[in-house]
Amino acid sequence: MPKKTAELKLQRTDNKVVTRVNKVGLFALLLTFLTFWSQNGWSQTHSEEHVSHAEEVHGEEHGQEHEEEGWKIGEWIMHHVADAHQIHFFTTSPNTVDEKHWSLPLPVILWTNDGLKVFSSNHFYHHPVHSAEGHVYVHDGFVMNHDEMIFYGDENGNILKEEVIEKNEAGEDVAVMVPMSPLDVSITKSVVGLFFTGLLCVLIFASVARAYRKRGKSAPKGLQSLMEPLILFVRDEVAVPSIGAKKADKFMPFLMTIFFFIWMANMLGLIPFIGAFNVMGTMSVTIVLALIVFIITTINGNKHYWMHLAWPPGVPWPIKLILVPIELLGIFIKPAVLMVRLTANITAGHIIILAFTGLIFIFGSDPVSLAPNWGAGIGLAIGSTLFMVFMFFIELLVAFLQAYVFTLLSALYFGSAVEEAHH
Amino acid sequence: MIILGLLDASLGTIIWTSVAFLIVAFLLKKMAWKPILNSLREREEFIDKSLKSAEEAKAEMSRLKSDNEKLLAEARAEREIILKEAREMKETILGEAKATAAAEGERLISNAREEISKEKARAMSDVKKQVAALSVEIAEKVLRKEFEDRTKQEELVQEHLKRAQLS
Repeated sequence: MPKKTAELKLQRTDNKVVTRVNKVGLFALLLTFLTFWSQNGWSQTHSEEHVSHAEEVHGEEHGQEHEEEGWKIGEWIMHHVADAHQIHFFTTSPNTVDEKHWSLPLPVILWTNDGLKVFSSNHFYHHPVHSAEGHVYVHDGFVMNHDEMIFYGDENGNILKEEVIEKNEAGEDVAVMVPMSPLDVSITKSVVGLFFTGLLCVLIFASVARAYRKRGKSAPKGLQSLMEPLILFVRDEVAVPSIGAKKADKFMPFLMTIFFFIWMANMLGLIPFIGAFNVMGTMSVTIVLALIVFIITTINGNKHYWMHLAWPPGVPWPIKLILVPIELLGIFIKPAVLMVRLTANITAGHIIILAFTGLIFIFGSDPVSLAPNWGAGIGLAIGSTLFMVFMFFIELLVAFLQAYVFTLLSALYFGSAVEEAHH
Repeated sequence: MIILGLLDASLGTIIWTSVAFLIVAFLLKKMAWKPILNSLREREEFIDKSLKSAEEAKAEMSRLKSDNEKLLAEARAEREIILKEAREMKETILGEAKATAAAEGERLISNAREEISKEKARAMSDVKKQVAALSVEIAEKVLRKEFEDRTKQEELVQEHLKRAQLS
């Protein structure tokens, strides 16, 4: 009797395997088929893209004629990774009369010549205007351009400009028209992401700290046991080897904060449908982090550190002449590199994912008539989705890796600042 | 302010980031990192100490065990010695007892012998006395009988006197 059941089971598994193989095969076939099918349209779209790129360059002179001209993926991607005055979730019925943007308006805070002005960004987004500046938004004497920069202007979308005397390449004084802008201290998308990340960090680690207080010396549990390996990682793999066990304690709070802050901000950016935060891909954010690293390194620099910079020992003097300026510049270059690396990496990840999303729509519709091209669209959708899944995994890694790299390099800089002479 | 289209740095965001980050860093330092790092260090020290004390306890245990074994061996040896001594003592006591018993027996026997000889002597002397008394009595009776006849006595005396004159 048991023998019979075993046989039956074996047969069933066999069937399952066969079905799976069939499914995979079918899927691969479909993919190949659809990709080939779409090959036809590809070169055509490609050439069209080329043209549209060429036109983009001249776009400013042509003005609004080209606004309706197809869909510019580059602009679309850049618009999505850049900071904004609203959190945009999705758009329903695009390119139709019913087009509707589902988004959360954010407060616009301006320090103007007449004092502080605070209003919802909806006022801008509900008043789009075509002007000489292109596609802009106007409200109450302010104009916001496509790059979300706010200037003084009028209700027709014209930006107020002032004459500034500048020196040109030949050294002559030339009058240049410079747009006038108020100081924009709005709560932008990245600022919201930043606040949210900060809040999340504080909530998570306050709870973890409470668990440590409550559980004392017993083994960690729950959230505490999730975070403990990371805390130990930062302490034992980053701070202690870079700074030294004795002095690491002093820098631990900052290193932990920066590690978890960057990591969580990056993870926040990977959650779809909440507005694609790009907090660490915003220069204004990373510049602050780099500045803090620079300040901590500089004020903690001991005699050994400065002596090494100013007069490196054991180097022949002609080389010193070259080395010292490089070393002195390095004080500023190191944090600047930290800043650029983080921004570029996080932005690049977002760009790649958006590019693959965009690809589907480029191939999915005829570039001129905008008629749907279903075969190419679906074929590319499958390929793109697979690649996006892959990219998301890479991004998960990068989110952690960049937090780690930033923390590690900061720790190394701190370590070099407090290192004692030992040779 | 524009560095590169994308890499715009806006003063407003910089201000907000500085404020937010510094507040978060301060809050985390006070609320989270200090207690977390402290309790981690405490726990590590505790674990270290526990491991060390466990190690010590183990060493102590093995020490105690070897001590116990030594004690056991010693006790065993002592038991052997005691047993041997007891045996020896038994032997000697037994020997002594035997000797004493023998001596006592000897003494008793000799005593008995002495007594016997004494009794024998006393009995002999008694017998002698009785014999003497009896002899005297007989003699008395004989003599009495002899002396009943006066003439015979005189004859005898005459005879003796005659003999005595001869010598």
